[in-house]
Amino acid sequence: MESKIIRGKNTYLTFKNVKTAKEIEKIIKMLLTACAIFMIIVIFSIITFVSKQGLETFKMVSPIEYFTSSYWSPFEEQFGILTFIKGTLLLTGLSTLIGGVLGVGCAIFISKFAPKFIKNILRFTVEIFVGIPSVVYGYIGLTVVVPLIRRIFSNSVGFGILPASLILSVMIMPTVITISEDSINSVDISFEEASYALGATKIQTIFGVILPCAFPGIISSIILAMARALGETMAVQMVIGNTPQLANSLLEPTSSLTTAIVMDIANTEFGSTWNNALFMMATVLLVISIIFILFARKLNRRSMR
Amino acid sequence: MKCSKLKDNFITMLFWASGVIIFLLLCCFLFMILSEGLPVLSLDFIFGRPEEMLEGGGIGPEIFNTFYILLLSMLITIPIGLGAGIYLAEYAKDNIITRVIKLSVECLASVPSIVFGLFGMIVFVVKFKMGFSILGGAAALSLLNLPVMVRVTEQAITSVPNIYKEASYALGTTKWQTIYSVILPIALPNIITGINLIAGRAIGESAVLIYTAGTSISRVFPQFNPMAAGETLSVHLWYVKAIGLIPDADRVSAGTAAMLIVIILIFNMVIKLINKYIKRNFEGV
Repeated sequence: MESKIIRGKNTYLTFKNVKTAKEIEKIIKMLLTACAIFMIIVIFSIITFVSKQGLETFKMVSPIEYFTSSYWSPFEEQFGILTFIKGTLLLTGLSTLIGGVLGVGCAIFISKFAPKFIKNILRFTVEIFVGIPSVVYGYIGLTVVVPLIRRIFSNSVGFGILPASLILSVMIMPTVITISEDSINSVDISFEEASYALGATKIQTIFGVILPCAFPGIISSIILAMARALGETMAVQMVIGNTPQLANSLLEPTSSLTTAIVMDIANTEFGSTWNNALFMMATVLLVISIIFILFARKLNRRSMR
Repeated sequence: MKCSKLKDNFITMLFWASGVIIFLLLCCFLFMILSEGLPVLSLDFIFGRPEEMLEGGGIGPEIFNTFYILLLSMLITIPIGLGAGIYLAEYAKDNIITRVIKLSVECLASVPSIVFGLFGMIVFVVKFKMGFSILGGAAALSLLNLPVMVRVTEQAITSVPNIYKEASYALGTTKWQTIYSVILPIALPNIITGINLIAGRAIGESAVLIYTAGTSISRVFPQFNPMAAGETLSVHLWYVKAIGLIPDADRVSAGTAAMLIVIILIFNMVIKLINKYIKRNFEGV
């Protein structure tokens, strides 16, 4: 067995090559450090390139108008993105609500109720859900969910926030399930036993002991899921309807930040105000998702303590 | 007492229901995609060229481009991700630089894929004047996957028990020799699972690729030139269904979706088998 573990040809040092070994060591350490530093370079260049291009917008449009107007008509030089921000927030909120409830429920089920073979089936199910590409989710939305909604609500075209958030909630569920399950499993078994010893039922133990202990982990799973919902583009684009108008109901076509970017960027010239306004939207997305991640990180650290 | 028992049973049922719903959802998804799409998957469709305006197009070049971009992006992601992961797990001291690196990795992981697409567009299409290209797409895609690769490697390495490391040092090895010949082989199954994850994402990703690799395919097939534009399967599915003009969009998109799902399922299975093989051969200690 040892021969299989220690496979390197020069595993044993002889006196003669200590010096070369030391040099190799140094070079490798440098290479590895460079890889790690590369991560800093990438995130900083993404932030600077995208936001620099985005901030160009404000040479032509005032920031107040940009963020508070919901009138988006690039041909008349009107760039108000409030509609898109509202679309994104509504979409993220609704899909997190549906996906979060179902996901946390499923996580509790997997870790506390399911017999072993059902556990394995569900874990496999989650793995497949993770693997399904977002365009395929969009495709299902377009071929199944939209016609279904059209049939149920006869006065609607079927596109809008509702079908988009239904699809999104399925997409973000795997994130909720895996991370919540981990944090539920990591609750010390002695807490559970103590609760049973006091005569609590299984449900009382789950709601009174396990969930409060796992709470930070569950919340951070939901925040990560929100970050995913916020940035999802293709699936949403296919079912939201893509009109730059404020939706009065969940069943009217509208747009979100991501879909507005993906629809318009092909029609615009790089460096034009229209194009810059789209880059500014990307900057807004970037800032919100980084805030989310910092928040989740803080929660995680608190739960570690 | 009786009432609380009833309530307990009811809530237990709800938990069971959530599990069952999720499983049934997947069954529905797979059934709908495969029942519509599998009949379309003829040899003509799989190897044929797509059409812009007419009926009867295939997806041959798209399949080729998908795997070509996957390969190129993996060539960038795996070495850099492994390097940074090893650094964080084994070399990094607890100082401010390490903290900044870790923060960067986490922030990168949260960047929406469309932002990677725009970044790729600024850098590769506009600054380097490459136009839409397979190489630019692959590079942007690899940036998207980097943080996952780093995190997976770091976790895989830190979960290797310390005894192995100590035993290796006791034999007089240097740090890199220990990492290369003791730690990495033990961490390999977990690293491969991670690579599987990012490869799946690379196959399915589209938002990054639309404005870096483009939505057109080259006239020659197979096109190995990485500077040519190359539409992948997922981008094709989106383009046909959401924007395209071909009359048989329903047929082509059903077939493309089924092809994507088949590729993802086969991929999952092959990697599971590889992992089993590695586990049997390296973890019997």
